[in-house]
Amino acid sequence: MGWFNRRKTVFVDSDVLVVGGGMAGCGATYESKYWGRDLKVVCVEKANIERSGAVAQGLYAINCYMGMQWGENQPEDHVRYARGDLMGLVREDLGYDIARHVDATVHKFEEWGLPMMRDPETGRYQREGKWQIMIHGESYKPIVAEAARKAANEVYNRIMVTHLLMDETKANRVAGAVGFNVRTGDFYVFRAKAVIVCAGGASHIYKPRSVGEGMGRTWYAPWSSASAYALPILAGAKMTQMENRIVLARFKDGYGPVGAYFLHLKTYTENAYGEEYESKWYEQTKELVGDYIDNHPTPTCLRNHAFLEEMKAGRGPIRMVTKEAFQDPHKETVGWENFLGMTIGQAVVWASQNIDPKHTNPELTTSEPYVMGSHATCSGAWSSGPPDCAPSDYQWGYNRMMTVEGLFGAGDTIGGSAHKFSSGSYTEGRIAAKAAVNYVNDLKNEKLQVSEKQYQDLKKVIYQPLETYEVGRNEIVAGTVSPSYILPIHGLQRLEKIMDEYVGGISTNYMTNEPLLTRGLELLDMLKEDLNYLGAEDLHQLQRAWELHHRFIASQSVTHHTMFRKETRWPGYYYRGDHPKLDDKDWHCFTLSRYDQESDSWDMEKAPVHHIID
Amino acid sequence: MPTFVYMTRCDGCGHCVDVCPSDIMHIDKTYRRAYNIEPNMCWECYSCVKACPQNAIDCRGYADFAPLGHSVRALREEEKGTISWKIQFRDGREKNFVSPIRTTKWGTIPSPADLKAPSAEAMQSQELAHEPDSLNIDGGLPTLKTASLKQGAV
Repeated sequence: MGWFNRRKTVFVDSDVLVVGGGMAGCGATYESKYWGRDLKVVCVEKANIERSGAVAQGLYAINCYMGMQWGENQPEDHVRYARGDLMGLVREDLGYDIARHVDATVHKFEEWGLPMMRDPETGRYQREGKWQIMIHGESYKPIVAEAARKAANEVYNRIMVTHLLMDETKANRVAGAVGFNVRTGDFYVFRAKAVIVCAGGASHIYKPRSVGEGMGRTWYAPWSSASAYALPILAGAKMTQMENRIVLARFKDGYGPVGAYFLHLKTYTENAYGEEYESKWYEQTKELVGDYIDNHPTPTCLRNHAFLEEMKAGRGPIRMVTKEAFQDPHKETVGWENFLGMTIGQAVVWASQNIDPKHTNPELTTSEPYVMGSHATCSGAWSSGPPDCAPSDYQWGYNRMMTVEGLFGAGDTIGGSAHKFSSGSYTEGRIAAKAAVNYVNDLKNEKLQVSEKQYQDLKKVIYQPLETYEVGRNEIVAGTVSPSYILPIHGLQRLEKIMDEYVGGISTNYMTNEPLLTRGLELLDMLKEDLNYLGAEDLHQLQRAWELHHRFIASQSVTHHTMFRKETRWPGYYYRGDHPKLDDKDWHCFTLSRYDQESDSWDMEKAPVHHIID
Repeated sequence: MPTFVYMTRCDGCGHCVDVCPSDIMHIDKTYRRAYNIEPNMCWECYSCVKACPQNAIDCRGYADFAPLGHSVRALREEEKGTISWKIQFRDGREKNFVSPIRTTKWGTIPSPADLKAPSAEAMQSQELAHEPDSLNIDGGLPTLKTASLKQGAV
């Protein structure tokens, strides 16, 4: 009947299926073909890989580059840095693995045509900071996409992948994915021996500061819809550190980046009265987190903490002092091009409000929280590590394979490997791909099986919102209010409000506790029931409906993880009012979760943090 | 700054529809021209602005915090390998910038399938494509010696 039966089903069989064609996905696609010459490599993307993922509008810096060729840093140094920044909890094996390969990735980007800035005196890449190098990266993504297109047997744009498929000959083994074409409405069944999830992290699970038309001006891209987490979670994969959301201190309203300003332009922050404020909060922060406040550089979350405390003390706004640096015309150009290269919206905000940083010190703000695996945070799937240096607790199969057989991940998808950014995500895609090719080769002639029932059941679920809308729409005269369905935007705003008020968003100054989390889970359960009544007017809204499903599942995971970790590990990212201090005795560990669909339950456990580097 | 489309410039070619990462540039059925169907899901990434052959797409800052009267225009020229920006403030001040976007010709990246096939031995190593050469270091890919791993759970 109706929408469900009218849909054509298209089958695409491959050896390696890459889900998501952002930085990690393009890296995985390229590398899969390099090692798997005889394998069929398919990349599927909900937008267009030419401009998809978090790097769609470009980048002005590559934030993860060792510079081993010039003896600038070694991979071990990067592990120490990421560990310090994340208050001790990172998968050192994964971080080391990315750091040792990442320079080779960046050299390839340059060879392909990415314009790198060079230090005129040394001839080396122009350093923005210890780990960051500066680029003219407007076309970073189109360049990387060109390489992926050349490598892939097939690239499918505009297909929203909604679920993974499981093998029916062996439990806990992946066998592909399903989704729908956002343009034609066709149903796609991708049968594959290995799947590499390279989808996006999560914006818009917390209520953003901007409202109305500006809702899309989130720090992370609005199309980062948490598919990185929902796809593995629904397949039964274990997740780690999902409570480790990130809050960014950025230029107000546009969320323009501050990295180049701090590191390269040497601008600095002050309170409304022109005072340095971070040192004022040193003792108070030490009370909360102990010696972690002495890490150098100061962990990102603790710098946020000082910002928040100073604001609460009534000495806001916090401003970036740009007036001095911007008197230098070169620095002024860098300051503007930095935005034009990666956050154009900030240039628009400043132009619209007549803010010229040469004459005005611009305001900063702290963003709503985001869940992701590639920045100064490390939420994501629990994955097996590199065979030559992962401790045995972190090794059960192929590199970057999750706890589901044949299911790999990279970029925002993989937990524990913080500070990978664009270059590290691409590199992790490459690492996962080589392992996936080995996995496929080792399967030899084994046949995976996906029954018609499995994908037909999913097909019905996927198109249901179209039918719900068509039927319910006839009940009302006009407008968006129906007793029989909610629209994706309605569900999204309810989700954002719940997460904001109960799970440590901006309206509570990132504060939560067990009673709040408990109530939040109750409200999420009701929202889950209501998601069965999502109505979608067209295929675009159907995409929004499935993005909402993915955000919802990630949010549930975040809430359970936040409840489980009974300490405040990252003040400045979020606070547990009932456990306000860092507790290394009980919580110097990873949190792991596994969602069981049949019983609709979340199992939580701890996993050890092994420090393999001094 | 959500995008909008000038009626007289757009010819309905659909480049913006093809490229928009948020799937919000659609063709209006009556006018056969593109428009932004969901401004509150626009990241102002300018992908559509840059892709438009008619320069028909512009941005107007988000109504909830950007006062009117500004403009940030982009001209991306693939053949020249540059992007040019013109920023106009609400009070009329202007700033102009030009940056390179690519140092090689478009379409010249070789497919990995055309490179020499890796050996069976390389398949089992920790090296990725083009390594160790592309690392530009002596001594090959770094590794941690298992014997020296400090595996203390703290």
